[in-house]
Amino acid sequence: MTQQEINIEVLRYNPEKDSEPSYETFQVPFSHETSVLQGLQFIKDQLDGSLTFRWSCRMEICGSCGMMINGVPHLTCSAFLRDYYPGKLRIEPLSHLPIERDLAVDQTDFLQKLESIQPYIIPKETRSLEDGPFKQTPAQRERFYQFSECINCLLCYAACPQYGLDSGFLGPAAMALLHRYNSDSRDAGQAERMPIVNAQEGVWGCTLVGYCSEVCPKGVDPASAVNRNKVSSTLDYFFRFMAPRGASE
Amino acid sequence: MAARRPYVRPMAGWWRRNPFYIFYMLRESTAVFVALYALQLLYGLYMLSIGEAAFDTWLASLQHPLYLVFHTVALAAALLHAFTWFNVAPKAMPVLYLGTRRVADRTIVWVQFLFFFVISAAMIGLALGG
Repeated sequence: MTQQEINIEVLRYNPEKDSEPSYETFQVPFSHETSVLQGLQFIKDQLDGSLTFRWSCRMEICGSCGMMINGVPHLTCSAFLRDYYPGKLRIEPLSHLPIERDLAVDQTDFLQKLESIQPYIIPKETRSLEDGPFKQTPAQRERFYQFSECINCLLCYAACPQYGLDSGFLGPAAMALLHRYNSDSRDAGQAERMPIVNAQEGVWGCTLVGYCSEVCPKGVDPASAVNRNKVSSTLDYFFRFMAPRGASE
Repeated sequence: MAARRPYVRPMAGWWRRNPFYIFYMLRESTAVFVALYALQLLYGLYMLSIGEAAFDTWLASLQHPLYLVFHTVALAAALLHAFTWFNVAPKAMPVLYLGTRRVADRTIVWVQFLFFFVISAAMIGLALGG
């Protein structure tokens, strides 16, 4: 059986040599099942071992292999070369994030933001083992479930021009996860997380471009998490205006 | 780690890079036409406060072809603004429940359109009938 070949144009950047990134084209054989990630692995194994990119699970779980394919953020493990043939592919590191080397971006900023939202349940009450587990009804679970599906792949940050223009903006995934914990019936951290929501670079940095929700590979809707929190931020402002903290106590 | 030199790509022209962004800019730019229309309407109100003759002059001036073109564009902009807003409304509002069942996003969008058409038809009927 003859194998087809496709051109993959890759953005290369070597911080030790290059002043700015440039494209390099590789010819890669592919079959019906070859993913874009496998195409990159072919390049690394057979053509140029110095090509740098992240990957791990190959099955849309780990969120490591996000890249721009022809300008659109994708997980390369679930994009297939056949869908781009007979055209070519242009693969770039995720937009709006600093390029560390070739296709690997610097994730530090996101990881700090993720930490800042306290992405864990802050319990309402301390319970001992004898008290048993926290209980939750299916309806209570449904309120946060989709937001808990986030795999931190950063496709939404690559989709968000507001983050690209001002990296101080908290951004889609961090806000979706903030909303995930705030919406959990077992959590009592809303007040602690509110200053992050209220900040100019919290929900108010979002102009509802909405592309974050389009590109999410896990069906999370970060745009709705951000914009629902605009409502809670407004209410929070209103109620503090009506009854300043400490006045009623 | 001395070799680290993260490269930040420029954002100039970002909105031309993706059709999604172009449509977003188009959606946002509708606000300009809506604002111009509102100013023009305020001016009409000001003319009305001066007197009937002034108001009639203003009304007559609206017949100018340039005004007709502006009104057509402003109407198209206002419709695009309204339709895109209806479509994103479920994202911007708290989750609605009817009893224990969550109201689907589709239903929220659909109900808004229903109200939009009913109220618009009533207004047009009132304007033409009166």
